[in-house]
Amino acid sequence: MMQPGLYHILFISTALFFIGVFGFFTRRNLITMLMSVELILNSVNLNFIAFNKYLWADKLDGLFFTIFIIAIAAAEAAVAIAIIINLYRSHHSIDVDNAEEMKY
Amino acid sequence: MSGSTIIFYMLAALTLVSGLFAVGTRQIFRAAIFLLFSLIGVAGLYFWMQYEFIAAVQIVVYVGGITVLIIFSIFLTQQAGEKMPKQKLTRQIFSALAAFCGFALIILQVFQHTFIGTTNNAEEPNVTNIGNQMLGVNKSGYALPFEVVSMLLLAALIGCIVIAMKPKPQTV
Repeated sequence: MMQPGLYHILFISTALFFIGVFGFFTRRNLITMLMSVELILNSVNLNFIAFNKYLWADKLDGLFFTIFIIAIAAAEAAVAIAIIINLYRSHHSIDVDNAEEMKY
Repeated sequence: MSGSTIIFYMLAALTLVSGLFAVGTRQIFRAAIFLLFSLIGVAGLYFWMQYEFIAAVQIVVYVGGITVLIIFSIFLTQQAGEKMPKQKLTRQIFSALAAFCGFALIILQVFQHTFIGTTNNAEEPNVTNIGNQMLGVNKSGYALPFEVVSMLLLAALIGCIVIAMKPKPQTV
């Protein structure tokens, strides 16, 4: 087997991204959709780190992008869970099919 | 085959297999636990690439923070041991088809492309270099995004409090 390099990491991150996309398409529960979004964000982070390590090792820019993405993902998860719990309080369900009147 | 290669393939298998189970299982608590293992696998990949700081941040924020938050909200909103209702088969088939087509397209593009990297000397990703550049105000410094992210975190904090606040009872 080959020594793992950039292409292996890119394969993993692409597979993780589309696993997340598949989960986002099929799930109808808001918490599991949030989990799929986390998988997608993780694959993007993995991509940034791989490019930083194997192509532009003289800079640290990919690493900083990863740090900022992690911070923003944490804020996003906190706000999303606050909204989900509030929705559960008023609708007693967190399926997206039961939350249709929110758009008006 | 060296030990590093074996470790890489084990971490890759852990990440992808538990990611698949996380989106596939019908019990939501198990999905959260599989998500936890997938995130640990990604942190292991960062360790394998010798980006120890990012791996530590990944474990602290994702594994210790977000997954615990998700499990907490599962307990608040879900009846324990109840399975999620089965999805329509056509929706699952078309989602899998769309995801697979996108995956094949991206993988073909990536493997046909030849990446040309720099030949300059590598900069060590240790905490000293990260800290100097993170708070630097010169050309490659990241002081401004750092401050903007701190404002974003403050806004998220206040937003969470406002959303979770109970409405006042109507006074007659």
